[in-house]
Amino acid sequence: MSDAAIELVRINKRFGPVHANKDVSLKVMPGTIHGVIGENGAGKSTLMSILYGFYQADSGDILMDGVPCVIRDSHDAIAAGIGMVHQHFMLVETFTVLENVMLGGEGGALLAPGAAATRAKLVEMSRTYGLDVNPDALIADLPVGARQRVEILKALIKGARILILDEPTGVLTPAETDRLFEILAALREQVVTIVLITHKLREIMAITDTVSVMRGGEMVAHRRTAETDPEELAELMVGRKVLLRVDKKLARPGEPVITVTGLTIRDAAGIERVRNADLEVRAGEIVGVAGVSGNGQSELLEALAGIRAPSEGTIRIAGGPEITPVSPSDPKKLRDAGVAHVPEDRHRMGLVMPFEARESSILGYHDDARFNTGPFMDVAAILADCTNKMKNFDVRPGDPALKSANFSGGNQQKIVLAREIEARPRLLLIGQPTRGVDIGAIEFIHANLIAMRDAGAGVLLVSVELDEILSLSDRIIVMSAGRIVGTVDAADADERTIGLMMANVSQNEAAA
Amino acid sequence: MNGPGQLPRWVDVGLIPLINILAAFIVSGLVILAIGENPIKALTVMLRGALGYEEGIGYTLYYTTNFIFTGLAVAVAFHAGLFNIGGEGQAYIGGLGVGLACLAFDTTLPLILIVPLAMVGGAVFGGAWAAVPAYLQAYRGSHIVITTIMFNFIASAVMVYLLVNVMIQPGQMSPETREFAPGAWLPFVHDLLGVFGFAVARSPLNISFLIALACCALVWVFIWRTRWGYAIRTTGHNETAAVYAGIDPKRIIMLSMCLSGALAGLVGLNEIMGVQHRLLLDFTAGFGFTGIAVSLMGRNHPFGIVLASLLFGALYQGGAELDFEFATISRDMVVVIQGLVILFSGALALMVNPLMTRLFTRPARAAEGT
Repeated sequence: MSDAAIELVRINKRFGPVHANKDVSLKVMPGTIHGVIGENGAGKSTLMSILYGFYQADSGDILMDGVPCVIRDSHDAIAAGIGMVHQHFMLVETFTVLENVMLGGEGGALLAPGAAATRAKLVEMSRTYGLDVNPDALIADLPVGARQRVEILKALIKGARILILDEPTGVLTPAETDRLFEILAALREQVVTIVLITHKLREIMAITDTVSVMRGGEMVAHRRTAETDPEELAELMVGRKVLLRVDKKLARPGEPVITVTGLTIRDAAGIERVRNADLEVRAGEIVGVAGVSGNGQSELLEALAGIRAPSEGTIRIAGGPEITPVSPSDPKKLRDAGVAHVPEDRHRMGLVMPFEARESSILGYHDDARFNTGPFMDVAAILADCTNKMKNFDVRPGDPALKSANFSGGNQQKIVLAREIEARPRLLLIGQPTRGVDIGAIEFIHANLIAMRDAGAGVLLVSVELDEILSLSDRIIVMSAGRIVGTVDAADADERTIGLMMANVSQNEAAA
Repeated sequence: MNGPGQLPRWVDVGLIPLINILAAFIVSGLVILAIGENPIKALTVMLRGALGYEEGIGYTLYYTTNFIFTGLAVAVAFHAGLFNIGGEGQAYIGGLGVGLACLAFDTTLPLILIVPLAMVGGAVFGGAWAAVPAYLQAYRGSHIVITTIMFNFIASAVMVYLLVNVMIQPGQMSPETREFAPGAWLPFVHDLLGVFGFAVARSPLNISFLIALACCALVWVFIWRTRWGYAIRTTGHNETAAVYAGIDPKRIIMLSMCLSGALAGLVGLNEIMGVQHRLLLDFTAGFGFTGIAVSLMGRNHPFGIVLASLLFGALYQGGAELDFEFATISRDMVVVIQGLVILFSGALALMVNPLMTRLFTRPARAAEGT
């Protein structure tokens, strides 16, 4: 008999021609935190979905405490003591914490007895694990970190002894991440077994006891965290040596290419998303905008790209239009003025998924003379241009006739980047350049951004990955609750100070 | 190249539509059986009626012409992500434009000049009729499906008013204009072929059929080979990406709907200028609505629309013969068959897809494994 809390033995799963899990085996000891790390598409999510009963494995066994068990759906998983905290929370926003926690476990036609019992359990558990939340608070009023605690409580109250967390820190500030790790450590004390799925090496090193690395659907290594280091893990994930640090020379900033003064943006509902922002980007520098997702960075980026009209203030593009509330611009005019934009969400904005790659590769530049002869599009020129871009940016497969949707995330991002960078802009606006992109491609994208900067273009980089901001930027702007709360020179910046700035003001706001 | 789980193209655009049509015919056969007739015999009559002799073929192609125009109209709007249900009304008002051009110039200008004038008349009137719902959608947010349906009724009422009160030929009972002078009639194909010494049976088929085919080519070029077509397709697939690319969705709505209405408006060339030679009530006879099914079946592609139009043309003509031949089968049964074809190839078009995916992606998977 095995003493592992969960053991997966030679799991296989295919989706059509894709072999998502090949003979994957995994053993997690009780009362440990086990990390599962791998690039996008390595098969982590598939494996966890099999464990939680979303998918059935084609072959292979699942053993719980050494006993084979069949998990057909999430009910079986819950019955077997497995709880899952999804990356995107599964909470009813208009319900209270208590109501969310008792959802699916009401225990009878009348709510009151079940509610009382759940409340008692909730209070007890909050105390045991240090998971303090107010049972009567509305979910909609809670910050992200607290919502995640509710998700964890939900799983524990259903009797989970094994907790799977899927990319839990993607939406958290550094401070909230630290808080989560404290909670996970407390749970480990109580012999809860935790499986942490992530692509962030730093988190693996910080919190896990053991780590398994997946690559291309296979389990390539198991390590004790204490006996490995980030370089080795990165190499295992990608299958070759990876440069984790970005090499760059000192920036030599020139004239400002964009100057923003007093920019305020209100959304359709009249809520201020960006408040009185001033900033400038000079030629030959990368300005990073740091902040927790949803603090106005997206709106700022869209306003600078001409997609959103400013409510107040001006945006001045050197040698281009001046954008004010009375004379809003459009993305076409800005492109003509040398402003290129890599949007945060390539699926929603950067590509047209049903289009062939060559059609997506001219999006926004489809009116250019080089792609048209008279009233007709120059199909040969577009094809040649796309083939060329695909070669320069190593897009795989390099097939201009393949549908945009059929490329992997990293290659889709390369198609967008190739289009915007090869337009030789004077200012590149770029949002989440490496979201959902493999480590190998991240290295390539970062090198390209540095090369653009060195060639004299200004770059405004918006990212929720603090590591990325820190390693690329020459200057860092921190946004919180729609305001620019500080500007830090990259030389003086570290994760702690930036993290505090990202969080601090939102706490002040909450108190006010 | 096919992505994972994608069907081979010939299955997707060839086999699946065939299976759907077959299924529709089988169910139709059961219905015919249920009323006590022989389905095989009925099918024979239909096929012979539609394709079996010269006059039948002429009629089939004459109906096909209408379906091509209205099918293209639906397709152009669909590429912009708009569902134009108003083809019927746009064709009706477009016919008014064609009729006015003919009435104004039939005695003064040669046919070679009247044809372009009538085309412009039909296109402008049809396009203008579509422009109002398009404006309401683009700038006022009224849903285009609702407004285009309503505009069919308005078109109908406007035409009744005009023909009964304004344009009616004085001294007659039926609400029709005077007959155009023969100088404004589109040449019949049987007359045209007669000039070259080929004797074919008389039918309403006229040269607007060729104009319809030319429109197919033009629509293809416009949608897939011009930057405006590119902008339309971008907007249709993903409006956010269109805005990002500097394309104004409002202008795309106006552009695509006006083109859509213009294409529908050309139905008048065939019906008014080609066959009836006068403006009269209800000459559109549901062609605008059937255009939706035609476009759906033809996958919004001009080539597919030609094929689907041929099918519906044959159904119309063969159905008429069926009505004529059998005492128990009335015009309503023909409508039932058409309805079943639309049901199976439109609404239930994806029904056999899972089966086909299982059948046709397994060999590919095995090939990948080796």
